[in-house]
Amino acid sequence: MRNHSAEITKGIDWTLVVVYAILVTTGIMSIFAATYRDESILNGFLSFKTDYSKQLYYFAICAVLAIFILLTDSKFFTATANIFYFLGIVLLILVFPFHTDVKGTKSIIRFSGFQLQPAELCKVFVNLALAKYLSSLDMNFKKTRPQLLASAVILVPAILTILQSETGLALVYFSFFLVLYREGLPAYILVIGFAVALLVVLTLLVDQNILAIILTFIALFFLYVSRKELKRNRALFLLIVAVWALCVGIQRFAVPYFFSNVLKPYQVQRIYATVGKDYQVDESTLSEADLKKIEEKKKAGNYNVKQSKIAIGSGGFFGKGLLKGTQTRYDFVPEQRTDFIFCTIGEGFGFMGSIILLGLYLFMLFRIINIAERQRSTFSRVYAYGVASVFFFHVFINIGMTLGIVPVIGIPLPFMSYGGTALITFTVLLFILIRLDADRQMILR
Amino acid sequence: MSVFNQSRQNVIRVLFLVAFIILVIRLLFLQVSSSKYDLLALDNAVSKTVVYPDRGIIFDRKGRSILENTLTYDLMVLPNAVKNLDTAGLCKILNISEKSFHDRLIGSIIKNGKFRPSVFEAALNTATFVQLQENIFRFEPGFYLQERPIRSYPYKAAAHLLGYVGEVDSNILKRTNFYYQMGDYMGLAGLERYYEPILMGKRGIRYQVKDNKNRIVGSYENGAYDSVAVAGRNLNTYLDIELQVLAERLMKNKLGAIVAIEPKTGGILAMASGPTYDPNLLTGSFRKSNFSFMLRDTARPLFNRAIKGQYAPGSTIKPMGALIALDEGVITPSFGFACAGAYRGCNRPIACEHKNGGHAANLRMALANSCNSYFSHIYRMAVDNREDRDVRLGYARWKKYMNSFGMGVRLGLDLPSEDKGLITDTSFYDKLYNKSWNSCTNVFLGIGQGEMQATPLQMANLMCIIANKGYYYTPHFVSTIENEQPEDTLLSKFKIRHEVTKIPDTIYNIVQLGMQDVVDHGTAMGARIEGIGIAGKTGTAENYGIINGRREKLKNHSWFVCFAPRENPKIAIAVIVENAGFGATWATPMASLMLEKYLRDTLSAPRWKEVERIENTEIILPVVKMKRNKLDSMRREKLKTQSSRLNAKLLPAQSKNPLRKTEPITYLHIDAILKDEEPFC
Repeated sequence: MRNHSAEITKGIDWTLVVVYAILVTTGIMSIFAATYRDESILNGFLSFKTDYSKQLYYFAICAVLAIFILLTDSKFFTATANIFYFLGIVLLILVFPFHTDVKGTKSIIRFSGFQLQPAELCKVFVNLALAKYLSSLDMNFKKTRPQLLASAVILVPAILTILQSETGLALVYFSFFLVLYREGLPAYILVIGFAVALLVVLTLLVDQNILAIILTFIALFFLYVSRKELKRNRALFLLIVAVWALCVGIQRFAVPYFFSNVLKPYQVQRIYATVGKDYQVDESTLSEADLKKIEEKKKAGNYNVKQSKIAIGSGGFFGKGLLKGTQTRYDFVPEQRTDFIFCTIGEGFGFMGSIILLGLYLFMLFRIINIAERQRSTFSRVYAYGVASVFFFHVFINIGMTLGIVPVIGIPLPFMSYGGTALITFTVLLFILIRLDADRQMILR
Repeated sequence: MSVFNQSRQNVIRVLFLVAFIILVIRLLFLQVSSSKYDLLALDNAVSKTVVYPDRGIIFDRKGRSILENTLTYDLMVLPNAVKNLDTAGLCKILNISEKSFHDRLIGSIIKNGKFRPSVFEAALNTATFVQLQENIFRFEPGFYLQERPIRSYPYKAAAHLLGYVGEVDSNILKRTNFYYQMGDYMGLAGLERYYEPILMGKRGIRYQVKDNKNRIVGSYENGAYDSVAVAGRNLNTYLDIELQVLAERLMKNKLGAIVAIEPKTGGILAMASGPTYDPNLLTGSFRKSNFSFMLRDTARPLFNRAIKGQYAPGSTIKPMGALIALDEGVITPSFGFACAGAYRGCNRPIACEHKNGGHAANLRMALANSCNSYFSHIYRMAVDNREDRDVRLGYARWKKYMNSFGMGVRLGLDLPSEDKGLITDTSFYDKLYNKSWNSCTNVFLGIGQGEMQATPLQMANLMCIIANKGYYYTPHFVSTIENEQPEDTLLSKFKIRHEVTKIPDTIYNIVQLGMQDVVDHGTAMGARIEGIGIAGKTGTAENYGIINGRREKLKNHSWFVCFAPRENPKIAIAVIVENAGFGATWATPMASLMLEKYLRDTLSAPRWKEVERIENTEIILPVVKMKRNKLDSMRREKLKTQSSRLNAKLLPAQSKNPLRKTEPITYLHIDAILKDEEPFC
């Protein structure tokens, strides 16, 4: 008889498992540091009443789940990818009639004491579905149609999530475009996307008219440089003029329209707060409730970031030590244990601790890319890139917002933030990857 | 296909790397290159609290504490913890309406926020406290009792000498070079002020960690930076609190002062000034309102007449005139003067009470009969004594004697703001009389009238000089400081013996006997106590006041100074009752009661009756009252409207401002001021 246990552990990437365990443990320790209030430590960990004991409990659930995933045949994931995707979409739609209002979000279903946030869980399904679609036999990703279809796979749940007032979670889906890039999506699409984003940011930072003049000068500069080309090529002239017109159009009309008609005022406020500006709203067009909401969010947003910066900044080079942080221990940073968990590391362990943690995350991401590139099957590779993209987006945005360089959009730090759904989602994402990698010799479709 | 896009993995790696480098650069900026966030964090999270030490206790000569610390209780409220409250029950105990309860609660939230405790009811009275203490579990945790140390005067006496503490103001802050801080309490009057460095102890500082709602959550670094508070040191005084209480009873319904000193040490046994007040009025949360009421009181209860009241000494100065003449050698005890009812040595005759011949046949008889002629004459003899015949030099010599007796100078007792009385300079007369004056010009000084004023303390001190036969110690209250250190120099000046005359004891005996005659069969027979030899001297001080714009002579102040027992003096007393008439009428029996109480340690029943009689007699000239009323009519009118407004407002105001508590005493005080007939308590 063959040794069955040897069979399942064969090919598992233990490095990832160890990094995963270190991160989750660090997370529980940080939650402990942020919420510990002089109770008996043993009691605290065993009571399931404190946040850190709950997180420990979720960790246990995740461990069981991880073992189940490792015991599952890889073919199961390819076979069920589409079903899960549609299940996910159905869940997302079900949220609308059955959601419970929790802290202003409309994205949570609650049944018999158990909370479920489909928008969070759907990341796994989208990743699987994307892998499934891109690995189909007749796939030619150079064509426009599959590119559009792949984008649709990503955008449908994203739009549903935005409709549930979870812009932050929805933005995560856009990280899958990195996967599409890896699979052959022309680079110019990403470049244009990035350029538009840059333009939007500049629109916020620079006065509209001045920006228009600058854009005009840039256009004139290009016309001057390519003046010899222009004589031969009238299309180039038209292109430059069209790009100029588009840019000015975006900064003069599209962005203001988008801000005042599509985004919620508080979201605009947050975006402005990130670049250090006040949002001038036309108050006459807003209801009183909206104005109040802006005021509250403005206050809360600024306060969070300010306190978070104070906490991290006061950590200094070596930090104050675990449980010694005055800022993180005494509730100065709101949402300390969830979205702002990084403050605990920053204050308690200083610059050294912070870069070690960042290094760990970067190591994990590079490791996942390495794993992706050693896959024989497209399914596994696409899936691995999806995991890397999601993790990267979460880590960069989350830490960026605690450092005050990214808008506060409330997404958790993978493996560390307090919260059952998030921890389970990230664990499932990672362990499916480990399972697929263990079977990397197989060709999966 | 996968091979085709292989290079793109590196683009993605670079993207990840760049993003992480951005984060690291940001971290470097926040954590390493800027220390601004350290300070912000400290400011955020560490609070510095001053820990106040217990102030020192003041004991009387028998070790009874007369000024101590006591605890009152405040009812505190923590608004965010108020849940499921039995509001009706609490309102019933506090005796307030539910509406005012809610108003107060909102008031405290506005003042200190929801997460910090506020005083809901300050300084609970005993009945309310007991009721609350039994029931507080019903109102916890939103409401709880908090102790607060305040100064307490268990005998409700000695207000003027013990003084009071109060919050420092900006002037004091500047003057003390910011040793004190805003909100600190310090002694502002009396012994509390004078011995402030001893009594205050040393403040401690405690660093505590607070959370985002400013709640204290624990000590900072386990108290490594804290400094410990050191309790203030205690003071032992010469004061006899029972004697003090008696003196204050005797001074009731009168204006004036009583000072009793132990001659051997200069220790003050009692010092009363009428009118006085219960010093407990100036403790706790009502200090300010009570203080301002008393400040407006026309009887000036805050004014310590014993050291600040200045009166012409009248006949009580005569023994001193004798001492000067004797020390200068111009007379001997056997010196006599033929007085026929008036002194006619100068242009204007000075009347004398006695007309019978030989009533001033020698010093002893002249003292016993208080002969005006005799003392006018020896004053002139002393001043005109030397060959140079220059009255200026003679007067300067006389003044020097008086100053050495402590007249016209501050004695320097251990109370702040003593006044020095009045002994004028020669330049005063030079100016007034264009340098042409002689001993007749100010001959009234010989009988204690004219340009001469003394405080009751100075008069008591004169008695000490005679009792000690030529020396005195600066009068003072404090005998010892607990744990006295070499650097405590506050008491050193009270250990200096001031020798003021070179007269032999035998001659002093004659002066003393003359004064004993005054009591035994002279003007002060009312002071006699069987079995105790008392040497004394009555005095009536003429005084003038401005009534309806005219200078008018008012009823005389009644003086009596004495010491006893004459053979071995243990107590010297000066008593003055303003506008009480002849010295023997009121001042003498009062001093007698004081002597008996101190020397016998008790009073017999009939003597207590006498105390009661004196206590209940009001001696305030109607004309003085009229004058005061007139002077104060405008202020009164203003006060009346103010206080009626205040009275109307006080009850509802209570609900508005939970800290403002209106004790009955406050009302009493307004009433006392408003009653025109009884402006003096």
